[in-house]
Amino acid sequence: MSTSLAIAKRELFAYFSTPLAYVFIVIFLALAGATTFFFGGFFQRGQADLQAFFSFHPWLYLFLIPAVGMRLWAEERKSGTIELLMTLPVSTTQAVAGKFIAAWIFAGIALALTFPIWITVNYLGSPDNGVIIAGYVASFLMAGAFLAIGSFVSALTRNQVIAFVITAAVCFIFMMSGLEPVQSAFRGLDNAFIVDLVASLSFLTNFDAITRGVFDLRDFVYMASVIGVFLFANVVIVDLKKGS
Amino acid sequence: MSTMLDIQGLTKQFGQFTAVDDVSFSVAAGEVLGFLGPNGSGKSTTMKMVTGFLTPTAGTAIVCGSDVTRDPIAVKRHIGYLPEGAPLYEDMTPSGMLSFVADVRRLSGAQRRNGIDNAVDKLQLNEVFNQQIGTLSKGFKRRVGLAQAILHDPDVLILDEPTDGLDPNQKHHVRQLIADMSKDKVIVISTHVLEEVDAVCSRAIVIARGKMIADGTPADLERRSTYYNAVSVRLHRDHVDTLKEALGGISDIERIETGEHVGDTAHVVVVSKNGATIIETVNARMSDRSITIEQLYVERGRLEDVFRQLTGDEQGENA
Repeated sequence: MSTSLAIAKRELFAYFSTPLAYVFIVIFLALAGATTFFFGGFFQRGQADLQAFFSFHPWLYLFLIPAVGMRLWAEERKSGTIELLMTLPVSTTQAVAGKFIAAWIFAGIALALTFPIWITVNYLGSPDNGVIIAGYVASFLMAGAFLAIGSFVSALTRNQVIAFVITAAVCFIFMMSGLEPVQSAFRGLDNAFIVDLVASLSFLTNFDAITRGVFDLRDFVYMASVIGVFLFANVVIVDLKKGS
Repeated sequence: MSTMLDIQGLTKQFGQFTAVDDVSFSVAAGEVLGFLGPNGSGKSTTMKMVTGFLTPTAGTAIVCGSDVTRDPIAVKRHIGYLPEGAPLYEDMTPSGMLSFVADVRRLSGAQRRNGIDNAVDKLQLNEVFNQQIGTLSKGFKRRVGLAQAILHDPDVLILDEPTDGLDPNQKHHVRQLIADMSKDKVIVISTHVLEEVDAVCSRAIVIARGKMIADGTPADLERRSTYYNAVSVRLHRDHVDTLKEALGGISDIERIETGEHVGDTAHVVVVSKNGATIIETVNARMSDRSITIEQLYVERGRLEDVFRQLTGDEQGENA
């Protein structure tokens, strides 16, 4: 574990040693605020909750998170430092975990910096803070799921731009699977099980349920499983491709 | 002298291509092994397998009692490795980089302090210790790469082209460093700079097309040169024919080569048969005929020639 933490520390340092970290945080906060107030109708709703805030997170993550995940492995392979890293006494699992933790902490920092909106809503009314905390946890988990996909895709290529585009596309597919266009396509199969299965794989479906205050452990388990599956695949890919 | 590095039938295939083909050798403490071969001969691939970066297709390497295919982490603890081209995290400073490596290697307390101080001191990194690695010169980058490799005072030090891209002073310094550290360690360096083998290696292995084709001391290898014990003579060009005549009928002489004239001076190389010692005979014949010469010396044999002989001329660009 301490090995993973040493790697995480270095990775986190790497984020903050480039302008990427600051650009990301500023853009994320600006967009989170803009979507909440302009598109979400935070004030017009007249309700003391943060649904207007959380409901846009999947869309923000869709193009911001791939930018955080794209460099994780692609950069190591391109610069050759992967050889340095993987010849230190580090297992592939520790390296994958360390990098993922760093990226996730970074996304967590950006998310935590939205705290003024929580203060605002508490100042204006008396929201159900339990639902808000669940919303933050769900949002954080979803960022983790996107990052796990991003880290996996990043290990497949040494080109960061390709990693970004493919990650965004894969995340988009995962998001859309619960929405009407995809669902109607699967309804043609006339098999309720498949339709439900595809719907249950959707980030949006799972995420919306939590932010609305519907607590179902399965939604959390789903997010955690996506993280687990993609990180496992990430380990396999790094082992396979590190030398090429 | 105990064996610290034991390579057994190491083989690596990439698809149909065999990059390393059944390489076996062992190295004892105190040895500095020069790993020679043209580019693409399998040197780096061999090193990558020994350091646990690549998984061998067959065979294994035992490092200080641990098998790299069974317990790669234990092997990696014993090894300090400088990969080819010395890749580094360019956004870090040497200070940050060495701290990171110390963290991952779980060095703490005095061991950590001494390790870092020692590495910084030996490689003279003080002046750039807090400068971003990306902004450093090639020589400094190479030294940072070496510093991270020796940080934990490893038993086995594997350096892939450690002096590549360094200026002559830095090369000398790195060789000095290797020589100083070699007492109780195994050091393996890959290179195609042959003077380096003479300068620091106690043993040399030549590899070509993935196969080991020679293993011996640098002197052994030199002995395999066609020019080993050849006699070089510089003299006035008018005397060349007299010299050739004088040397007629000596059975230990393979052939006599005449080089280009420089002004009035000609260069003649008398090549001995099977490395026999011919200097005395040649000298005696010359004084019999009272041929005046400008310079006379015995060739030691040229590693470059042996290298070319062994690895084939078609890859001569790397010689």
